[in-house]
Amino acid sequence: MKKNGVGMCLVLHPTGRKGGGDPSQAIIQLKPDGSLFLKVGAVDLGQGALTMLRQVAAEAMDVDIATVYASNRSDDLAPLSAGSAASRVTLVDPHAVVEAAKDLRAKIAAFAAHRLEIDAGNVELADGKAFAKDNPHHHMTFADIGMIANLGEGVILVGTGAWQPSPVQGHDPETGYLDQESVISFGCCVAEVSVDTGTGEVEVTKLVQVWEVGKAINPLMVKQQINGGLQIGMGLALRENLFPHYPDPTHGIEALADYPMPTFMDYPPELIHGIQEVPHPMGVKGAKGFSEGSATAPVPAIISAIHDAVGVWIHEVPATPEVVLRALDAKEHGGATDYWSHQDRSAWLA
Amino acid sequence: MTHILSFQLNGAPVQALVKPSDSLLDVLREKLDVTSPKRGCDSGDCGACTVLLDGTAVRACLTCALTVEGKQVVTVEGLSREGELQPLQEAFMAHGGSQCGFCTSGMLVSATALLAKNPHPQRQEIAQEMSGNLCRCGCYEEITQAILDTARKGE
Ligand code: FES
Ligand code: FES
Repeated sequence: MKKNGVGMCLVLHPTGRKGGGDPSQAIIQLKPDGSLFLKVGAVDLGQGALTMLRQVAAEAMDVDIATVYASNRSDDLAPLSAGSAASRVTLVDPHAVVEAAKDLRAKIAAFAAHRLEIDAGNVELADGKAFAKDNPHHHMTFADIGMIANLGEGVILVGTGAWQPSPVQGHDPETGYLDQESVISFGCCVAEVSVDTGTGEVEVTKLVQVWEVGKAINPLMVKQQINGGLQIGMGLALRENLFPHYPDPTHGIEALADYPMPTFMDYPPELIHGIQEVPHPMGVKGAKGFSEGSATAPVPAIISAIHDAVGVWIHEVPATPEVVLRALDAKEHGGATDYWSHQDRSAWLA
Repeated sequence: MTHILSFQLNGAPVQALVKPSDSLLDVLREKLDVTSPKRGCDSGDCGACTVLLDGTAVRACLTCALTVEGKQVVTVEGLSREGELQPLQEAFMAHGGSQCGFCTSGMLVSATALLAKNPHPQRQEIAQEMSGNLCRCGCYEEITQAILDTARKGE
């Protein structure tokens, strides 16, 4: 028999590290053709860190994003970043990029003032050009400046920037409020499942996930992270397992085929994502990180939907058909509605 | 023992010196320097190495290189026409059908084969046909939308 259920999960996901020592650095260099080369330490695993930082750099320098190149390919060449972890990159790295852009703008302005023979205070940078405030026609493009500086005068125009959040003292015991530096992203996930009581199989029929991200610098990539997190979360909740667990010497799997991550066939037929924006004072443009949270939120949502459907709380993931059947069995025979399988797992394998 | 293998790659004749044990993926990546088919697993599980062999999607890692003698092989590079992206590729970009990109060339090739066979697939048919291509970043929804969109516009 198939039984349907609905479950929900709310997530408070801290973004950035709170103990201090969470730095990021950035370097932006003006190339001879007027393009900008941005070096950052944040690793892009496909989540889009480089695209997002290029967007920030392009806006801070007021140039077309197509003229901003970025690299983080090598630790030898990249400036420092405390890493693509703790959902920190979107919160921390843009500050370093903005600082580097400020530095480079000042250097370009000084160089242009000299060439345009005007006061440094009279130089304005906008739209990839440096011009006199009182006479915008009197201008040089970044391409002119890049060419003359690098090849004509033999100088390098490069801006550097670094930033890190200040350490957080924890919450105020009087009010319970956290410091402003304790940046939290908020998420909500609702899952609808259909549980087959005969086979123990759980099918996710609908999933809704909404995240409050401060400001979505790149909404398409935020959507991808929400929907991608859902896939990881579904895998964690229902299928993916490295049993026997570390440090068992036989831990691990031999082939991808033995590691049943979700495929197109497992994706819920109905999938809804939502992005809420409440700009956070600590973020550049109000942006916060959130992505890791989107991978965890579906797990409790799916597990509580299973409870709603068949009345058992499963305390171990993945809730494979075997685990679900054993939980149903325990309920039927002993009346227990809570199921902790891992304690007796070795017993069933024996 | 090595053999000279000749086939058409993205419309142009190519030759490579291959061993009988080489897979098509070995030849493409190591001999011909075409690295768009990815070696995700080398055992037929992930679909990242998918190429078209005489119009049919196959896993290059499971295809014995010598069996493609004289045949047409198309990788993702061969999908665009005269440097112009095809509607499916544009739709992948518009819907965000790629994050890290590791699965993307395989996805595009599989989806091209799917649309050639079935120009107006239902959601369920897409899931079925594409289920041999894994995406760890979780772009299944975006890719499904891109395929549906391409099919709609192709009408
Ligand atoms: S590399 Fe061929 S299917 Fe994975
Ligand atoms: S985009 Fe990363 S695996 Fe598909």
